[in-house]
Amino acid sequence: MSDRPDATQPVGDQAAAIAPDGQWPVWEVFTQSAQGAPHEHAGSLHATDAEHALQNARDVYARRGEAISIWVVPSAAITASSPGDAGPFFDPAADKPYRHPQFYKVPRGVRGL
Amino acid sequence: MTSPSVVPTPAPPPHDEFELLLRLGDDRLVLGHRLSEWCGHAPILEEDIALANVALDLLGQATLFLHRAGDIEGKGRDEDALAYFREAIEFRNCLLVEQPNGDFAFTIARQFLFDVHAVVTLDALVRSKRAELAALAAKSLKEAKYHVRHSGEWMLKLGDGTDESHQRVQHALDDLWRFTPELFVADGVAARLAVHGVAPDLPALRPQWEAIVRDVVDRATLTLPHESMHSAHLRSGRAGMHSEHLGHLLAEMQIVARSHPGAKW
Repeated sequence: MSDRPDATQPVGDQAAAIAPDGQWPVWEVFTQSAQGAPHEHAGSLHATDAEHALQNARDVYARRGEAISIWVVPSAAITASSPGDAGPFFDPAADKPYRHPQFYKVPRGVRGL
Repeated sequence: MTSPSVVPTPAPPPHDEFELLLRLGDDRLVLGHRLSEWCGHAPILEEDIALANVALDLLGQATLFLHRAGDIEGKGRDEDALAYFREAIEFRNCLLVEQPNGDFAFTIARQFLFDVHAVVTLDALVRSKRAELAALAAKSLKEAKYHVRHSGEWMLKLGDGTDESHQRVQHALDDLWRFTPELFVADGVAARLAVHGVAPDLPALRPQWEAIVRDVVDRATLTLPHESMHSAHLRSGRAGMHSEHLGHLLAEMQIVARSHPGAKW
């Protein structure tokens, strides 16, 4: 397909199979708004391969100048926590205020914190 | 003291530059309108947005070139007056861009042939001795480089895709090939502007265009049409002689502006 060097190509090839519902594979798009800023999830789209996903991402999520860099990732490559995990994963954090820095009082006289 | 041995070449008449700007502007206005006809009808949502983006880019470029054309003409016509209140015979676009959309493969093939032409000619126009023209070309070139990446990838996908997509895009290429010589014809206007370094020498750019087209066509497993498919008759767009398709396109494009002259929205 593309002759451009593309580190994501093997992943893209894996994802290039047409999904059972006849749609092109789904890709997740991450855009970076400024140098040094994190790439943030912008949304998802359909595309046949990595280069195609990048172009579609540019047209759908960066056409008004919102981004200076784009990542695309096959949705299938993402492992997500399930709603059923919510209890064991996240609830234990709720009653442990000492995990927040605000829990601790800064001793008088300490500088440079 | 002026040396009698140095005879400065007289500058080309301003009308030549006006004509050049109309060619650049009208190609983009007409093709942009053609692409806008896909809005809401493209095969998938993402491609619908992509085609509309390219259409808007071309419309923006047309605005710049036609605005400059109006300035040079000096008769008070702005880009809207030139776009909406000229007749078909006054349009200077090439015949390629006014061809109806056909199927998706036809639209992509037409776009690809034009996009490569745009990249090659704008890249040369950046070195124009007219600073304003060079600046407009540099601005448009960035967009054209993206356009050719988009249409080029689709040529590969369609050509190297299914039997049907291959057949359709090959048919489109065969059908459109006869309109390509016009892209590189140097008539009086183009030749005079080239001599003065205002515009590139078009015939000299054709090999560069053909090399890029051939590379993609080969990789797409398509066949480049033979030169015998060229037509000597299909080179009249720059002189204002168009196919009937342009009249229909303009009727739709111009009706609102003509029905409500001076309307603002």
